[in-house]
Formats: sequence, structure tokens, C-alpha cells
Amino acid sequence: MMENKRIFVLVEVVNDQPHPVSWELIGKAREIASKLEGSEVWGIVLGKDRDQICNEAIYRGANKVLYVKGEDLNDYINYKYRKAIVEMVRKYKPWAFLVGATLEGRELAGTIATELKTGLTADCTGLDIIPDKELLEMTRPTFGGNLMATIMCPEHLPQMATIRPGVMREMPPDKSRTGEIIVEDYTLPSLEPLIEVLERTPVTSKVNLQYAPVVVSGGKGVGGPEGFKQLRELANLLGGEIGASRAAVKQGWISDEYQVGQTGKTIHPVIYIACGISGAIQHLVGMKESNIIIAINTDENAPIFGISDIGIVGDLNKVVPALTQKLKALLSKPKAG
Amino acid sequence: MNVVICIKQIPDTTNVRIDRKTNNLVREGVPSIINADDLRALELGAKFKEEFGAKIYVITMGPPQAKEALKDAIAFGLDEAILISDRVFAGSDTLATTYVLSQSIKKIEEETGHVDLVLTGKQAADGDTGQVGPGIATRLNFALGAYIMKLDEIDLKNQVISAIRRLDRGFEKVKIKMPALLTIMSDINEPRYPDLPNLIHSIKYEPRVWNYKDIDADSKKCGFFGSPTQVVRANIPPARKGGDIVSKNDDPNIAADKLIEALKKFKNARLIETLRPLIEGDL
Ligand SMILES: Cc1cc2nc3c(=O)[nH]c(=O)nc-3n(C[C@H](O)[C@H](O)[C@H](O)COP(=O)(O)OP(=O)(O)OC[C@H]3O[C@@H](n4cnc5c(N)ncnc54)[C@H](O)[C@@H]3O)c2cc1C
Ligand SMILES: Nc1ncnc2c1ncn2[C@@H]1O[C@H](COP(=O)(O)O)[C@@H](O)[C@H]1O
Repeated sequence: MMENKRIFVLVEVVNDQPHPVSWELIGKAREIASKLEGSEVWGIVLGKDRDQICNEAIYRGANKVLYVKGEDLNDYINYKYRKAIVEMVRKYKPWAFLVGATLEGRELAGTIATELKTGLTADCTGLDIIPDKELLEMTRPTFGGNLMATIMCPEHLPQMATIRPGVMREMPPDKSRTGEIIVEDYTLPSLEPLIEVLERTPVTSKVNLQYAPVVVSGGKGVGGPEGFKQLRELANLLGGEIGASRAAVKQGWISDEYQVGQTGKTIHPVIYIACGISGAIQHLVGMKESNIIIAINTDENAPIFGISDIGIVGDLNKVVPALTQKLKALLSKPKAG
Repeated sequence: MNVVICIKQIPDTTNVRIDRKTNNLVREGVPSIINADDLRALELGAKFKEEFGAKIYVITMGPPQAKEALKDAIAFGLDEAILISDRVFAGSDTLATTYVLSQSIKKIEEETGHVDLVLTGKQAADGDTGQVGPGIATRLNFALGAYIMKLDEIDLKNQVISAIRRLDRGFEKVKIKMPALLTIMSDINEPRYPDLPNLIHSIKYEPRVWNYKDIDADSKKCGFFGSPTQVVRANIPPARKGGDIVSKNDDPNIAADKLIEALKKFKNARLIETLRPLIEGDL
């Protein structure tokens, strides 16, 4: 084929800031492009006053940026984005189209793929290419994480996937990189307003669960909102974040932004410390990819010990403060040398 | 108001076990259940019936045994359930599924004059795609309200729904034009236990069954042949093995020491990087 194979990556913008998953996907797309002759990575940016973000997409590894510039596209509204993006896909005919599997991204990709009548693989954790077939291999967990399915989309273009945040590696920005920015001035045709946003309430805290290297997570065993304070102290000490089981969220001890598991976030920190969490399968699917799992639980038969690397049978109310004290002491030791 | 609720019968994923000898998914004896989010959609349907006298239709695309799920749905006190079942639907991915379901909804529209609202779950716990709701909305050209966690008002006179939806970036208070498709988050309500008369009615209830011709579907757009995506492999991920319990009911200080000792044994590069500030004492 003569034409360049374009890998589109949607650059998701939240409150005028690029979502980190966008850079992760550009990084991954570069890796794929290196195995596919005649391919290019295109960042897709929508909105206005987005020049900075366009430049950063280049620094992060995009060969080109398609800047769909329009007043109407500054805030994500599904039917508007869907319209504009479908038009761009029809015009530029990408070979693949990657979108971050945020809630917004999954909604958007679902509507776009349907309109384009192409395949979409949801919430992938792995992405590779079969170069001689020029096909993407998309891997994703199903059946509550019990099965990894590898999926291809052999006869339709673009091959679309949403990809879970925090799984792929981003490239550090390199300001010496250059690339073309294609500006498409876009005016939305008059569309029936299907949905109107009256008010946006941003997530209150800066919960950064998916990117925290250490997560100290609490469950029903924490006993109340007060109990989470000691977890917070330990998390802060380790430069991490706190998490929670659904049971703790349901009790109202902590907000749902912190929930880990099937109906919460899927995370894979370096260290996950499960405090007073029994280890129900719905919880495990959200954290079992952590590098090191530590469990603190009074019940030595709790299923969490079946997957933890370091198990402590004991009362979290005593062990956690003791651990925090010990680590603090280690920290205050003067540097050797 | 006519409402269509799409439900999916799924194996209870909490009970799916892996046979480590054969490396197979053991589905034997695994009960089939209605997807958790869909139960919440059924509960909403029951409320609409009480509040507005809405007529509620429940549909599912699935094999003959999915009838059981429809009977359970009828136990919520809902009006009609239809099983969409045909051999040509086998192997449907989300694109084919949304085709079959939207054709079915159009059929109900034909029969009843109008469909004002379609409800789906946010996502099904077996496939976990969350694409079916947005796909149906696109095909029907209905307004899409995904990830609804609270319904404030349904204004039938002005044909607008006020609701709150959950996104990664926060909450959105939205007004959605009807006809609409809403995808329901499981936090929205607690599904009821059916009362006795409805339960008895549901046991005797026989859902209608529609095949691909009944919904005027093009068989080439259904099932395996209508699905752009193909599953080429399915692997069971290696089990994560539990390690030692390093401390059992020790004095907390001893337990903490043992924990730190155990942690030091991990020579993982990411770990060292993470703990460097700790080791070097410059947090
Ligand atoms: C459709 C569906 C989706 C779900 N999604 C999720 C999800 O996303 N995330 C999730 O977490 N759950 C989810 N659940 C719920 C899940 O099944 C469990 O109910 C939940 O994870 C249990 O939380 P827990 O471990 O905190 O509570 P419990 O199971 O009650 O366990 C509490 C543990 O604390 C221990 N303990 C008590 N006191 C102490 C103490 N002082 N010190 C140390 N240990 C102590 C106990 O021994 C026990 O093991 C879902 C369920 C369903 C049906
Ligand atoms: N075969 C099906 N029949 C009816 N509804 C379905 C089917 N598959 C999915 N749905 C609906 O779509 C929602 C999301 O499913 P999914 O996109 O597969 O995660 C489910 O909660 C159901 O409401």
C-alpha cells in the first residue's frame, strides 16, 4: 500500500490539561509504528487554545498532530465530539485509533466505532502488532479478570481500542522533536442538542490512585472514617495514596473515588498494602497486578493471604501505627556518608 | 411512557473458577444471574411504572435459557419480556449485539407507537465492555446519558430527563432530551425483592421469542459474520501465588520489623526506585 498507515491517538483534555493516558498511548503507538513500515503516529486534539498541548503531543512522540480547532469542542460533549471525530476519521482514514479507557473515552469510542461500523476492543491492557499481517493484537481481561482475551479486527478500519490508563509507558517529553501540526478549523453543523451539561463538579480531591507508586488500602476492618487517618499517614510517608474496598465505601467512610476493584479502579502500584480487606474476587481484580502485595488482617484464613507476598496476621490499628513509626525512624536517620 | 430495558444473563463471575490442571475455566455449576447493573435498571423500571404508569418491556439477546433471566425480570412487576434468540446471533461482538438490540427496540416501537426511554447497565460483568449502551443510542439516534448515578426528574411534558452522571473527571448534572438511552451505574438504587403476587406471575410467565426475521435483521450483520472483532486467543493468566505469612499475632513493633525485613528482600527495580527517598532519607 502506498498510503501511510496512520495511528490516531486521542489526546484527552480534562480542565484544559492533557490526561496522562494520552501520552502513554502515544508512547505505545510509537512502539507499534516502529514495527510497521510506512506508519505514523497522529495525536488528535480538539478544542481551542490548545497549541501547548499540540506541541507537547509532538514532544511525547507524535509525528503529526491533527488539531480540530473549534469553539464548540472545548468541553467534551459526546454528540459533538462524535460528529467531529467521525468526520476526521472519514477524511484522514487512520489504520488504527487508540483512546484512553477513561469513562469518557469508553463512551466516546463506543459511539464512534458504532457510527463507523468498525470493531472496538474495550479496556485493553496489552497491545501489539503482527507485522506481516499488519494487524493489531489487543489483549484485555474478561470474566472478572479470570481470562485474558486476545482480539483482532481483521477486515475493518480503523482498528479501534480503548486502553486502560496507567498500563503503557509514556516517553519523557523531548523538546527537540518536531512534527507537523495540521489545523482543521471546525464549525459544528447545527445539531439537535441531545444533552446539556448544567453543572460540572470536579472530583473534590486530587485522588491519583492510578498513578500512585504505593497504595495503602482499607476495608471493612478499618472500622470507621477515623481509621483511614492512620492509613493516610502511612501513605503520605511513602509518597502514595489511600484506597478502599467497596465495603468501606458503602459504609460511607470514604468517597467512591478511592474504590479499588471491579466496580472501582484497577491499579498496579509497586506496593499495595491491604488493611482489613478480606480479598473478595471483585476486589482482587482491581489490585492483583501490583508488584508487591502486603496484607494486614486479623483473620489468618482471609483470602487476601492467598495472593499477598507479605502477610501479617494482626490488628491493623496496632500494626499500621507501629509500621509508620518504624519507617519514620528510618527516614530521620542521618544519611550515610 | 414506554421503556425498554436491556438485560444480560451472565455467569456469576465471582464463582468462575480455574482448573489449574487443565487450565480451563470451570463454568459447571456456576449459576447464571442477571448482570448487577441491569438489576438496577429493572428497579428503575419498576419505579417508573409506579410513578408514571409507564409500560416496561425487558429484552435480552441470548440462548433459550436466558428466558430464566427474563422471568426474574418480570418478577419486578414489569409488563412484557421478549427473548431475542436465533442461531445467527451466535458469536456477536458489541457491534452485532447493538444491531440486534436496536432492531428489536425498533420492532417494539412499531408495535407500540413509540419508545421514550431505553435503559442498559453501565457494563456487563462478564464481557466488561460498556459499549453496548452507547452503541444502541448511536444506532437509534437517541440522546445518550451514560453512567447515570442519580435521576432527579423525568419531565414528560417537556420530554427531558434531569440526572447526574459520573465521569472520571467528576460529576455532571445534565439535561437529556427524550427519547434517550441511559446506562445505569449500580450505585443508583438497591433492587427490590419481588413480592409474592409478582413472583407467582413471573413463574407462570412465558416470554415471547423473536428470531432474526421477526426483528427484520439482515443476517449478515448478526453474529460471527456481523462482528468485526474476533477473539483469536483466550489465556488464563498465571495465578498469583501467595507468599509467607511473616508474622502471626506478634507484638505490633515486632510485626512491623518483620514486615520491613521481608520488604527488603524484594530486589525489584521499581520497588527500589519507589523506596529510594525512604532509604536515602530525603523525602
Ligand atoms: C457486582 C459487584 C461488584 C463489586 N465490586 C467491588 C469492587 O469494585 N471493589 C471491592 O472492594 N468490592 C467489590 N464488591 C464487593 C465484594 O464482594 C466484597 O463484599 C468487598 O470487597 C468486601 O470488602 P472488605 O474486604 O473491606 O470487607 P469484609 O469482607 O467484611 O472484610 C473485612 C476484613 O477485615 C478484617 N478485619 C476486621 N477487623 C480487623 C482489624 N482490626 N485489623 C485487621 N483486619 C481486620 C476481617 O478479618 C476481614 O477479613 C463487589 C460486589 C459485587 C456483587
Ligand atoms: N446480549 C444482550 N442482551 C441484552 N442486553 C445486553 C446484552 N449485552 C449487553 N447488554 C446490555 O448492555 C449493557 C452493557 O454491556 P457491555 O457493553 O457488554 O458491557 C448490559 O448491562 C446490558 O444492559
